Amino acid sequence: MKNWINQTVSEMEPSGIRRFFNMASEMQNVISLGVGEPDFPTPYNVREEAIYTLQRSRTVYTANAGLLELREEISRYVKRKYDLSYDPKKEILVTVGGSEAIDLALRTVLNPGDEVLIPEPSFVSYKPCAALAGGVPVPVPLSAEHAFKLRVSDLEKYVTDKTKMLVFPFPANPTGAIMTAQDMQEICQWVIEKDLFVLSDEIYAELTYTGKHVSIASLPGMRERTIVINGFSKAFSMTGWRLGYAVGPSEVLQQMTKVHQFAIMCAPTTSQYAAIEALRSCDKAVEEMRDEYNRRRRLVVNALNDMELACADPEGAFYVFPSIQKTGKTSEAFCQDLLQKKHLAVVPGSAFGACGEGYIRISYAYSVEKLKKALAILKEYVNE
Amino acid sequence: MSQLLNVIERNSRFEVKDLAVMLNEPEEEIAKEISELEKQQVIYGYHTMINWDKTSTEHVTALIEVKVTPQRGAGFDKIAQEIYQFSEVEAVYLMSGAFDFTVILEGKTMKEVAMFVVQRLAPIDQVLSTSTHFILKRYKDHGIILEATKDDERMLVSP
Repeated sequence: MKNWINQTVSEMEPSGIRRFFNMASEMQNVISLGVGEPDFPTPYNVREEAIYTLQRSRTVYTANAGLLELREEISRYVKRKYDLSYDPKKEILVTVGGSEAIDLALRTVLNPGDEVLIPEPSFVSYKPCAALAGGVPVPVPLSAEHAFKLRVSDLEKYVTDKTKMLVFPFPANPTGAIMTAQDMQEICQWVIEKDLFVLSDEIYAELTYTGKHVSIASLPGMRERTIVINGFSKAFSMTGWRLGYAVGPSEVLQQMTKVHQFAIMCAPTTSQYAAIEALRSCDKAVEEMRDEYNRRRRLVVNALNDMELACADPEGAFYVFPSIQKTGKTSEAFCQDLLQKKHLAVVPGSAFGACGEGYIRISYAYSVEKLKKALAILKEYVNE
Repeated sequence: MSQLLNVIERNSRFEVKDLAVMLNEPEEEIAKEISELEKQQVIYGYHTMINWDKTSTEHVTALIEVKVTPQRGAGFDKIAQEIYQFSEVEAVYLMSGAFDFTVILEGKTMKEVAMFVVQRLAPIDQVLSTSTHFILKRYKDHGIILEATKDDERMLVSP
């Protein structure tokens, strides 16, 4: 039988998370701490706006780059939140989730053979999408000793003359690490010196618990070489709506829009109208969600410290990444055993990169009651 | 600390040690604060929310609109006091608009509640008129939706 499949696709490793998910869904009564999406429903005013636009038959394509009204709101939003200035007509693109923006950016910027530095442990999509775009993903392992923050000394080991891009995802999935303005100083200097392009994935920006999120694009010398990706999934609890955006210098954004226009046409129209409402009226809702996540974060870290599972204090997103090395098991073995014996699902750290081996990812996108129950089960297991 | 009231308003059963962790405050401070708020009557009680419709106990609630003529020198407060002394009375609120008090009454049956209004409430000197409305179904109460909540629909594990 002839093999019809593209070689890069064949060689791509299937998602470790998917495999684990399949295992967990075949069991009964599993308590999960493994989700990557918020537990809050999308604020009702946003859902109502979507229902209203459907009633008014707003069901046709929008402009490729997205409704101008939405791009103008995004421009205002990133200005007031992150002090970023982008022209809604030329420097903003509305995408199908932050995911599409990541994929587009990689496809638009990389030439075959260009190397992409990807700090790990990281979100599972960067490596495969970079490879599919013809690039060469270069994992840059980060360490728990430095709270999984990125330092120039990490990058120096992996940069070559083929390096074109740095993926810069903070706050990070799965570690919850953030980078402050101070942390970013040396990175910016280095990136400028090496003349690299930066893909800044800031999807968890609003879920920063110690101080305000700072975008790397707002620092001197960075705007012209950075695409900022953000969206509605995590902050506004709109994962299923599939809506995100990219902002960046017009030379790059126009090209991304070109690719987007052929591949996707436009992001979902209903979601776009709903997003306008979200940006205009959800500040308070987002703040309440953030406060709730923060309370849960403290509870989880406290419980893990109590179990003596070492973890860096996560300052962003909704994940904790403790080490299970003291059990002597591999991440996968630990997670499988925990699932089988206690029906509790957590994600093996190895699913996020080789340097995630020996860690697990616990999500706190669950109510306090559910978290306490699950953590008690985990404690039982660890103490056995 | 500003979050404390909001957190315990929704759930009064959080243990002080968990509140201390969630709010990043020492346990003694949290205990002290709660104690202070209780003393000042900012926190004036802890109730358990029961959906009596799901039990076999008969239970009915009425909202009564009461119009009164306040006496000179006594005002509304004295009338309110005469009404709220009855243990059947759940709540008494002074209102703006077309009537003066909302009185919430609980009883076993509609007849029992109606008889209470006739025998105890209406005869009060300053009461001019009453209009009784019975709650037929509660959809949402104290911020909680009573209809069966859906299970978590998210995929068990996601990236």
